[in-house]
Amino acid sequence: MNEKKRGPLAHIVKRPVISKQQAYAVRALSIVLAIIVCAIVTFLLTGDDPISVFKTIWEGSFGSERRFWVLMQNISILLIISLAMGPAFRMRFWNIGGEGQVMIGVLATASCMIMLGDKLPAPILIIVEIGAAIVAGAIWAAIPAFFKSNWNTNETLFTLMMNYVATQLVAYFIIIWESPRGSGKIGIINQKTMAGWLPQIGQYKYLLTVIVAIVLTVVLYIYMNYSKHGYELAVVGESERTARYIGIKVGRVFIRTMLLSGAICGLAGALMVAGTDHTMTTTLAGGRGFTAVMVAWMAQFNPVGMIFTSFLLAFLQKGAGEVATQFGLNQSFSDILSSIIIFFLIGCEFFIQYRIVFRKEAK
Amino acid sequence: MKKLVALAMSALMAFSLSGAALAAETESDVVIPEDFKAGFIFLHDENSTYDLNFINAAKEAAANLGMSEDQIVLKTNVPEGQECYEEAMDMADQGCGIVFADSFGHEDYMIQAAQEVPEVQFCHATGTKAHTQGLDNYQNAFASIYEGRFLAGVAAGMKLNEMIANGDITEEEAKIGYVGAFTYAEVISGFTSFFLGARHECPSATMEVTFTGSWYDETAEKEGANTLIEDGCVLISQHADSMGAPTACEAAGVPDISYNGSTKDAAPNTYIISSKINWAPYFEYAIKCAVAGEDIDTDWTGTLATDSVQLTELNEDVAAEGTAEEIEAVKAALEDGSLHVYDTSAFTVFGEELTEEFMADVDDDPDYAPDTAVVSDGYFHESEYRSAPYFGLFYDESGNGSPIDGITLLDTAF
Repeated sequence: MNEKKRGPLAHIVKRPVISKQQAYAVRALSIVLAIIVCAIVTFLLTGDDPISVFKTIWEGSFGSERRFWVLMQNISILLIISLAMGPAFRMRFWNIGGEGQVMIGVLATASCMIMLGDKLPAPILIIVEIGAAIVAGAIWAAIPAFFKSNWNTNETLFTLMMNYVATQLVAYFIIIWESPRGSGKIGIINQKTMAGWLPQIGQYKYLLTVIVAIVLTVVLYIYMNYSKHGYELAVVGESERTARYIGIKVGRVFIRTMLLSGAICGLAGALMVAGTDHTMTTTLAGGRGFTAVMVAWMAQFNPVGMIFTSFLLAFLQKGAGEVATQFGLNQSFSDILSSIIIFFLIGCEFFIQYRIVFRKEAK
Repeated sequence: MKKLVALAMSALMAFSLSGAALAAETESDVVIPEDFKAGFIFLHDENSTYDLNFINAAKEAAANLGMSEDQIVLKTNVPEGQECYEEAMDMADQGCGIVFADSFGHEDYMIQAAQEVPEVQFCHATGTKAHTQGLDNYQNAFASIYEGRFLAGVAAGMKLNEMIANGDITEEEAKIGYVGAFTYAEVISGFTSFFLGARHECPSATMEVTFTGSWYDETAEKEGANTLIEDGCVLISQHADSMGAPTACEAAGVPDISYNGSTKDAAPNTYIISSKINWAPYFEYAIKCAVAGEDIDTDWTGTLATDSVQLTELNEDVAAEGTAEEIEAVKAALEDGSLHVYDTSAFTVFGEELTEEFMADVDDDPDYAPDTAVVSDGYFHESEYRSAPYFGLFYDESGNGSPIDGITLLDTAF
């Protein structure tokens, strides 16, 4: 009998620091693996040809010029909300209230357009509505930060609950402004006068949103990496005590950062209402406040990285819808495909940090 | 004199014959070319009874017209925002000659698309703006579902009569409960016609209505039904799209008149009958017109005659005896015009009958101003001045909304 004690089949070992190139190689590999798994799942569950499914996903975003622009618009909004998430998460302030901060911006913009639509000249109305959205979002986000810095409340629960408050406020005002009576819808705001609508650049409906997203990405990149504020965020994130020790007023940093996050989310709400949708519904944010957390996290809170991750998620979502249409599959099936890819992407971060060592057969 | 009458008669016949021939030409002789496509935009997917009803109708219409699967583009889960415009435009890009949308909130975005692509027809179910928008390629459609509701109400009234005859309840206890979505004309018109159908059979019937504030909220609908049952309602019906009310009724053993389709599978011991709109006839009509290059009605209202208003299977185990025969008799009376659902002598508002002076809010405007006289020949003309229902609440001088006498609204928050 073999009395020799055997170790476990495999165990996990922290990796020594690996180079950026290696890390990117792991990520690329995980996408390839995810696609292979998706192909197998597709074939086993539906019997459809996986290649044509992938081709359809591609066409969902790049099948026509219109689809390309819609993709760009989707990426831009998601990217802007993700950029808003970055600074707070960098300092380990778990803000999952992006959804509510966007919705309150939506409400502020819509209320300006409805209440002031026939009272102010167009350029002033646009400035007022955007300003209102930014301020509303900033205040909405700063409330949990204020409570956290003064009474150390739990920001995760607080920001989460603020989402529901914002959504219910929107629901309440929809009933007030609904048309026709009892329908629970407000339709397109100022459809005839277009008062408060953001101008369209040339023939491109969505170009303005894309430009705002690009500018914000650059600004946030500089803010996070080259400003004193950005440095303070990183220190607070590493250790609150260290931050206090070196004289950073942590509470003030919480509030200041959340003001910034909320302002950007509010702006995203304004871009949706005044720029593209021109209406207010309780589902206008559509969960992007939560998706943005994932986008920001997968990009390691790096604004430039978020361009790629928001592209990936927006692309997958568009593709998912197209697959559902072309193959007559339920939308749930395309959600399964997206989930597999996201699962691999998040999982690969683990393998960048750790590696698995298998037991070597004893001689 | 006889000659004159004969001449007039023959002229009339010739005229009606040529009319019939013309109708036949547009209705059946159109062949859908293989490269013609139709697009359909749905708010949710097949998990919603409302959207499922549309999806099935789209497939049925395509099959009846001999269109292949590649000739219909079905897009589910399209929100009531910019996405609807984008999908409608994308369908036009893909070569669809006609695009349908199924949810009320899609309307403004369909109009936006219609303005940009005049060569494509955009048809919107349940909308209200086509008759005032003045676009050649934008249309609304609905069905005289109030007739279906009335017939379903007949089944309810028969059931109440049976309960009274059995001594289960007294005449005064014949109270119906109704779970509605919003205080929207479509819902008001639905529960009023249902109630009038019930009272056609059981004159002592009363009704309580509660609202959920959502077209699809299973929990709220279940809770609403339970509240009504606890409140002493002995029969339930609903106008919301989940299985909430039918399952609550099954659990409580209270009979239920369903909507959008049969719920017998989920509630075999309490389901009686359901009314629903069959959209296939409209889809077929509009697609044929689009192919033939003919005008589609700006407001198309399907009827019992077009098979747009249907009753689903009657559950003989639960329904009162003779229900099927009574429904047939009432249906015949509705079709030959001897009976009208909104006969103004059959109901009162604030204790008084509606007069011909009554104006309803038919044209879309933010002030909800009444603009159209809708009462004539002794009845309220529903779905004639536009396809979507406009039999809404009635407002007193201080602006408080009220349904017809005999119906109580438990809440009007939505």
